[in-house]
Amino acid sequence: MVKIAVLGDTESIKGFAAVGLDIYPCDKDSDAEEIFSKVVTADYGIIYVTERLVPTLKRQIDKTDKQLTPSVVPIVGVSGNNGTGTAALKAAVEKAVGSDIIFNK
Amino acid sequence: MAVLNVNTTRMELTRLKKQLSTALKGHKLLKDKRDELMRQFLDMIRETKTLREQVEEGLNTVNSDFVLASSVMSKEALDTALLAPKQEVYLEQSTRNVMSVDIPIYHINTRTAEESDIFSYGFASTSFELDDAVSGLSELLPLMLELAEKEKSVKLMADDIEKTRRRVNALEHVLIPRYQETIHFISMKLEENERSSRARLMKVKDMMIEQQIEYKHTHPDAV
Repeated sequence: MVKIAVLGDTESIKGFAAVGLDIYPCDKDSDAEEIFSKVVTADYGIIYVTERLVPTLKRQIDKTDKQLTPSVVPIVGVSGNNGTGTAALKAAVEKAVGSDIIFNK
Repeated sequence: MAVLNVNTTRMELTRLKKQLSTALKGHKLLKDKRDELMRQFLDMIRETKTLREQVEEGLNTVNSDFVLASSVMSKEALDTALLAPKQEVYLEQSTRNVMSVDIPIYHINTRTAEESDIFSYGFASTSFELDDAVSGLSELLPLMLELAEKEKSVKLMADDIEKTRRRVNALEHVLIPRYQETIHFISMKLEENERSSRARLMKVKDMMIEQQIEYKHTHPDAV
């Protein structure tokens, strides 16, 4: 039995605490790597990360992509969508098919 | 193409022929695996795409609800209301095997039996926008879970497709042609050996006949 973590700026992730997920507030981008590495080694099955932090954590997230757990999923925060969520899927399609045939609009 | 560095013997030839048939079998199997994985991958990625759009839309609504709530309530009141959760979510993980790729399956368990038992605050001191936001979020949770499951599967499958494709290509364009050429090379060499030994034998026979004729000339009265 594992739990679910949410990583991001306080404003965006506050609500997830109410529905029972573990939240890890991270308002400064410079703290992100440290907090993320702590969360990855802890026993979490899914880690939701707000899209704003994804570029900072790119290297660490890529490392988890090869493993079965944890599953790192970018979500939109209050600061809006910057497309990093679909970018990961796009990369997967490019890797598998050779060129992007799903998201190229 | 490069011919393998082998002895040109019959034994080597049979060994290589055996390896070639294994390689051909493996190539066919891997190719089938790649095609099937690709088909499942494309289905999965289409589902993931729509799911992600749904989740993003949902989260945007929830976020704007939260912003509304925080504009009505003070920050402290909002924090007190949210940060002492009543509900806790546990994740149960299992895996499913798709063409030898393990993909995760998630299932959530909540601490309290009633899944909708999410409001960790009294209704008197909080605004109704907050209720909307929290219930919206809890409705979104199963979708987010499915999204996590699908995104992970997509990534793992993409990895495996790439790996399988490399193997198929290596077999198809390197290993199999190399075996075929080496087999051709060895059988040519063996035929050549055979011809040369036959030529040698014929030569020897000619020489023997010549010797006999010469002997008959020098000893005409021999029987």
